[in-house]
Amino acid sequence: MLELRNISLIKDNKVILNDINIIFSNDKFVVITGPNGSGKSSLVKIIMGIEKPSSGKVILDGKDITNMSIDERANIGISFAFQNPVKFKGITVYDLLKLSLNKDVCKRECCDTLSEVGLCIKDYVDREVNGTLSGGELKRIEIATVMARNPKIAIFDEPEAGIDLWSFQRLTSVFNALRKQSKGITIVISHQEKILDIADEVVLLQNGIIEKIGNKEEIINSIFVDKTCCLGDNNE
Amino acid sequence: MNNIDNELLKNISDDNYVKPDVLNIRKNGEVLERKINEDINIINKKDLSGIDVFVKERTSLAVLQIPVIITMGGLKDTVYNDFNIGDNSNVIIFAGCGIHNKDSHKSVHNGIHRFNIGKGCKVKYIEKHYCEGIGDINPTTEIYLDDNCKMEMETVQIKGINYANRKTKAVIGNNSSLIINEKIMTEKEEYAKTDFLVNLKGENSSVHVVSRSVAIDNSNQEFISNVEGNNKCYGHVECDSIIKDKGNVKAIPMINAKHVEANLIHEASIGKIAGEQLIKLMTLGLNEKEAETEIINGFLK
Repeated sequence: MLELRNISLIKDNKVILNDINIIFSNDKFVVITGPNGSGKSSLVKIIMGIEKPSSGKVILDGKDITNMSIDERANIGISFAFQNPVKFKGITVYDLLKLSLNKDVCKRECCDTLSEVGLCIKDYVDREVNGTLSGGELKRIEIATVMARNPKIAIFDEPEAGIDLWSFQRLTSVFNALRKQSKGITIVISHQEKILDIADEVVLLQNGIIEKIGNKEEIINSIFVDKTCCLGDNNE
Repeated sequence: MNNIDNELLKNISDDNYVKPDVLNIRKNGEVLERKINEDINIINKKDLSGIDVFVKERTSLAVLQIPVIITMGGLKDTVYNDFNIGDNSNVIIFAGCGIHNKDSHKSVHNGIHRFNIGKGCKVKYIEKHYCEGIGDINPTTEIYLDDNCKMEMETVQIKGINYANRKTKAVIGNNSSLIINEKIMTEKEEYAKTDFLVNLKGENSSVHVVSRSVAIDNSNQEFISNVEGNNKCYGHVECDSIIKDKGNVKAIPMINAKHVEANLIHEASIGKIAGEQLIKLMTLGLNEKEAETEIINGFLK
């Protein structure tokens, strides 16, 4: 169980997150949605330790992990897929998957991980994780690095953004499979209805506060009732 | 050969290739071991210190190893090695210098390698440098590519060389291409300079230079390149550097198009390790130091 207790984030005198309190229960698939600038990415970055909250606590299975570093959190089972995958010079897909799996596997053993995101091992394993890969390919590799870790908490920051040639159906089937197989918590920032469809809970974030937690219909209804809230399609 | 010699040779060799067909090991200014075959002959130069290597025409996939090892302090070894590759041959050449100097006197190696490469050849040249103790190297490489050739050159210098002044000069003929991959890492107070002068002389000639370097501690590096397009040609020079601590890298690019159909590109970037790269690897469980090492090793791979 992951708990965010009284989390606030203030940057340059601007309140990004204001006293967030939420519990993510085990085995839940939670989608965080909300307009641009509502604080969604900041919230998940606080869980991974990439952002440090101005106040409040992050508690995992009863243990306060607020002051843990990114790698310490990774090693207790938190994993994060970036909205804009990081590019490297010289580091190959194989290198990155070996680091993700945390063992010296042979190239064939990376096959399962890559095929889960619809990539063929022989076409990609020796490619460098750089700008020669398309945005969609980088995104799928990014998702594969998270799935390879079989994490307790898997976080995906707008996995649908930047997907080009990959059919969106494929992405939803990956998350559907993850929804069924995962024994941990999956947190996805998304605006896509098909991702919202498979969520156990949808969290609507607006102006740095949790506006509503419910199922897809409840959230969509509340958006239509409150015209001031409109879902965006870009990262804040 | 003793254990130190073997260790030095291992450090400047490449395990990914088969054993050499032809061998010339030079130790402390003298020939230590030589092996030739019916296609490749090696003879000592008469007027200078060094060797002439002759590869017969149409020699198919031969592997040559021409390393230099220095185990004496205070030795200044200058060697002139000429490689004459006959038409339509395919050769892989390993060279490099390993220095083991526990003496307080500096050892210096000046290796001047000239490649006269005949028509239709395919040549791969791999040069590694390694030093324990105080040692300077000044490698000069001159490449003359005739028509329809392909040459690939890899140079690696990872830590330990106090001073390096590397000069590479190439003249490229019709329909010939040269690819140069250079990897340099300096630390402490080390200094490395690399200077390329490429003349794209032939029609449809091309050159692709990729230089990746890392400068840490108080080390200094200079990258100079001058690519001249004298015909319908293509030239691409890419200089990428990572700096850390008080490391300093200076890149001085020059491209000079003297023909209207010369297409020349130069790219240079110098900077510290991107924070987002460190964060990504830390989300995979590596601490900051491990992430940094992984990024540098990948960069110089």
